[in-house]
Amino acid sequence: MISFNLLIVVSLMYVVFLFLVAFAAERRAAQGKTSWVRSSVIYTLSLSIYCTAWTFYGAVGYAARSGLEFVTIYLGPTLVMIGWWWLVRKLVRIGRTQRLTSIADLISSRYGKSPVLGVMVTVLAIVGTTPYIALQLQSVTQSIAVFAASSDEMWLPGDLNRAAMWVAVGLAVFTVLFGTRNLDAHERHHGIVLAIAVEAVVKLCALLAVGIFVVWGIAGGVGATLELIDASAQSQWSPSPSRWIGLIFVSGAAFVCLPRMFQVLVVENSDEQSLSTASWAFPTYLMLMSLFVVPIAVVGLDLMPESANPDLFVVTVPISEGRQGLAILAFLGGFSSATSMVIVATLSLATMVSNHIIVPSWLNARTPGAVVSGDVRQVVIMSRRVSISVILALGYVYFRVSGGGTALASIGLVSFIGVVQVFPAMIGGVFWRGANRWGAGAGLIVGFSVWLWTNFLPSFGIDAVISQAVFLGGPFGIGWLRPEALFGISGTDPFVHALFWSIFLNTSAFIFVSILTFPNPLERLQGAQFVNVFDYSSGARTWLQSAAQAEDLLVMSQRILGGAEALSIFATEARSQGKTGFQPDVTPDFIGRLERELSGSVGAATAHAMIGQLTEGTIVSVDDLIAVADETAQIMEYSSRLEAKSAEANSTARALREANEKLTALSIQKDAFLSQISHELRTPMTSIRAFSDILRDEDVENVARKRFAGIIHEQSNRLTRLLDDLLDLGVLESGQVQLNIGQDILADVLDRAVIASGVNTGKLAIARRAGNETVNVHTDLDRLAQVFINLISNAAKYCANDVPKLRIIVRQFAGQTIIDFCDNGAGIPSESQSMIFEKFSRLEDEGKAGGAGLGLAICRQIMGALGGDITYLPGQGGAAFRVTLPAAQVLVLQ
Amino acid sequence: MKLPSRTEFLDRSSYRQRRFRDAARWLPIFAGVLMLLPLMWPRETPDQSQTSNGIVYLFGLWVILVVLAFVLSRVLRLSESLDGNDAPNGWGGE
Amino acid sequence: MGQRVLLIEDEPNIIEAISYILTKDGWTVHTHSDGETAMSKVMQRVPDLIILDVMLPGKSGYDILRELRAQAETKDVPVMMLTARGQSKDREMATSLGATQFMTKPFSNAEVLKSVRALAGL
Repeated sequence: MISFNLLIVVSLMYVVFLFLVAFAAERRAAQGKTSWVRSSVIYTLSLSIYCTAWTFYGAVGYAARSGLEFVTIYLGPTLVMIGWWWLVRKLVRIGRTQRLTSIADLISSRYGKSPVLGVMVTVLAIVGTTPYIALQLQSVTQSIAVFAASSDEMWLPGDLNRAAMWVAVGLAVFTVLFGTRNLDAHERHHGIVLAIAVEAVVKLCALLAVGIFVVWGIAGGVGATLELIDASAQSQWSPSPSRWIGLIFVSGAAFVCLPRMFQVLVVENSDEQSLSTASWAFPTYLMLMSLFVVPIAVVGLDLMPESANPDLFVVTVPISEGRQGLAILAFLGGFSSATSMVIVATLSLATMVSNHIIVPSWLNARTPGAVVSGDVRQVVIMSRRVSISVILALGYVYFRVSGGGTALASIGLVSFIGVVQVFPAMIGGVFWRGANRWGAGAGLIVGFSVWLWTNFLPSFGIDAVISQAVFLGGPFGIGWLRPEALFGISGTDPFVHALFWSIFLNTSAFIFVSILTFPNPLERLQGAQFVNVFDYSSGARTWLQSAAQAEDLLVMSQRILGGAEALSIFATEARSQGKTGFQPDVTPDFIGRLERELSGSVGAATAHAMIGQLTEGTIVSVDDLIAVADETAQIMEYSSRLEAKSAEANSTARALREANEKLTALSIQKDAFLSQISHELRTPMTSIRAFSDILRDEDVENVARKRFAGIIHEQSNRLTRLLDDLLDLGVLESGQVQLNIGQDILADVLDRAVIASGVNTGKLAIARRAGNETVNVHTDLDRLAQVFINLISNAAKYCANDVPKLRIIVRQFAGQTIIDFCDNGAGIPSESQSMIFEKFSRLEDEGKAGGAGLGLAICRQIMGALGGDITYLPGQGGAAFRVTLPAAQVLVLQ
Repeated sequence: MKLPSRTEFLDRSSYRQRRFRDAARWLPIFAGVLMLLPLMWPRETPDQSQTSNGIVYLFGLWVILVVLAFVLSRVLRLSESLDGNDAPNGWGGE
Repeated sequence: MGQRVLLIEDEPNIIEAISYILTKDGWTVHTHSDGETAMSKVMQRVPDLIILDVMLPGKSGYDILRELRAQAETKDVPVMMLTARGQSKDREMATSLGATQFMTKPFSNAEVLKSVRALAGL
């Protein structure tokens, strides 16, 4: 007889081992060593949570009752995996680009980040999964009871319940510990993934060991086993076509729709290479799991008493043969199947509940500023922990309420049909751009209702929820609404009936409503992103230039992603924008990227809502959408053209185009310049030519002749000055100016400039403060003087005051020397101040003064060459210019 | 959004890759048909519908599918850069 | 003789030169050097001929020409445009706006006289 205590000890050791495995995986991941957890093997093994206790124990029971039909449950997923190129590859790609956290997130995100759809899928998933969790608890307690009975321990129903409760508590602790340690931006859980991979190996080995023992140990070889099968009650195989097809469909669809499967298949997937491996490795796993199911069932039927529960043959057959070790291994296999399913299912449901129900409600209850001030991160983690506990409690309560009876046995398929109601919305969302949220919502509601009525509620049995009368006569006597004979079509297999009507009406509502209604712009954008996921390399731009401040966004991101990660995202963005620090420009691209990062932690709809609060609800309009689409089309057209050309030809073309643009710009500048030069040269030339004509052709009296000759002289001087200035400017602009650095006292330079400008003979009075001018300057003295001369002459020419006066003020400031030239004239009008330093920017009436408008342009070039500056000083009561000399060239006299 | 232009002629290795992808798309359809095949088996006499025959057929099919999927996963290259615009909904055409 | 010529030009030396030549030839020359107020000067008493510079302070010669051609009193007055920017597009511009004659600076006095006489129908 098997020692019951040994079983308990081994189980506890196994649990401790799993904790250690998960803990070690988390430790290694924290050190950045994640590559081995991300390997294809681990990925494939993690998919094995598809095989729950329902498989481990139930498949044998199923085979004992219905022969080969059980195999359909594994053929469906096999089809999906070997057909990965169609669907799973696309889901994985979408999951990665959109940072999806769950199946609810997929549906919500695809249909315009709709919060309502997220809630609907979440509710559907909870209703569909809770009985399934109860089933796992039941299978563990039943198998424990088997051992208890065989070791003559008397187990009362209360003990069973207590065992179930402790299993649930243990699973809650494990899931909380490894599922909510951190708020990972990718929603990946290395500890859990590795633990379930280990469990996958254990359950496969256990089932194979039992199978090998049964075939070679009891039946006596393959041939003998086949003969035994042919002699058994299940010797005849005549599958019902509708059940066969329906079961393959529902298991395949459930494989991608079950929240836990979506979690391991899409969310925890880190690369498509793993998927490629899993496409053959996972079908292999399923085949091996199924291989010995019929033999075990047949041998069990043959060996065990009539009353034995076929669901427990996997443990009862070894026990009855006295194989204690094998029985314990089988028990561990079943335990592994149950726990791994519960852990991942709970985790994925908790993520959905937290992201789609708790956090959005919490956000809604707050004022808009709360996103920044509240500790969102803590709220999210707490809400997940609470959700995990609540979901496991629900499973336990369901187990207690249902009484752990036979009602649970059929719950596997019921649960499958429930979650498969998401399938039309998922497939439509991924392959059909016309699908919209109204259609998805309608399909989900219709499918969910039909499933509840025809499958879920009847599964409790007649008179449990639905009375016998309703079964026979329909609700309120409406015959065509009978739960197992909708529209009066009776006699169908209940499973096929429920599956067909729920999926058919679901799909019809989905398609019909989608066609009749319009999607909003965000939906259209997301639709294009999902359906054409392989054409888009980056995510969509869904935000406009917004009112959000980088700082607010940073504060919010830190609350969710944690300080270091948020800062690094912001710093990276700032760097890519060519800025330093942590505050990038809040561009639509950046907001879109940030939203995807956040959605990895809290789901698409919530991330969208949170950013929406900060960006003051700026959402896309149809126009923006079209603009984005056009832009994308252009980029794609451009890139496809680029591919056609060789890289070299392309870069040449670009260089040519740039050169052409530069030349065009230069040509325009040159035209304007030549036009100006032409004007400046022709004006004095006109005077010269006109007066020389007069002098040549006419008799002119002496006074006039002298005057005309004077004009000719003056105008030719003007021409010479102009040419000098042009040459000077040419040299300065080309940057080839030779600086002749010298050292002198600023006062002396100013003295020379005043004398050279010739104003001391005129009426302009110059006021200076000799005391401030004892500054030693180290620069090109002649060039500096040239600037001064220009400014002084300008004052002399343009100062329109009866008593013109120029103040020259020298000041020291922050190491720089500042020389201000302020006159008491009319000054320069503010609209002209910005252009006086441009070439030929002569102001009105200046022609009289004979300048070509190059003086200040030259001054600016000179000051640039000297490392200083010249600017116009507004608001000084007249024209005022400030010359700044840099610190390096200034030495104050000691 | 359709791409404005597609490469019409591919070199041999790209061509081969596209056919492998077609194979990856055909495989589940082929598998599905074969999984439904037993529904058409004659079942007039007991010896025509034995469970043991079903086991041999289904598991044999399973092994063949796994082998084909294995071969495909080895020859398929995942990067789309190979021929740029793989049509996700259609058959890569040239 | 004694026909009235209005010279609208901002460069004082050129005003002096043209006034000198035309006065000698027997014309009555009025001058104006601001673009902004040129139209009101013309409208005070419509001259027989207008000589108009392109680059004027306040308002360009082209704008003045456009206004001249828009007014009933002045739309038939011959206008001779003067420009220092001798590019062909300036000539096209002037012609399209209705200038009777176009002359590039610098010009010879004889040329100016000949043109003025021709425009006045002499």
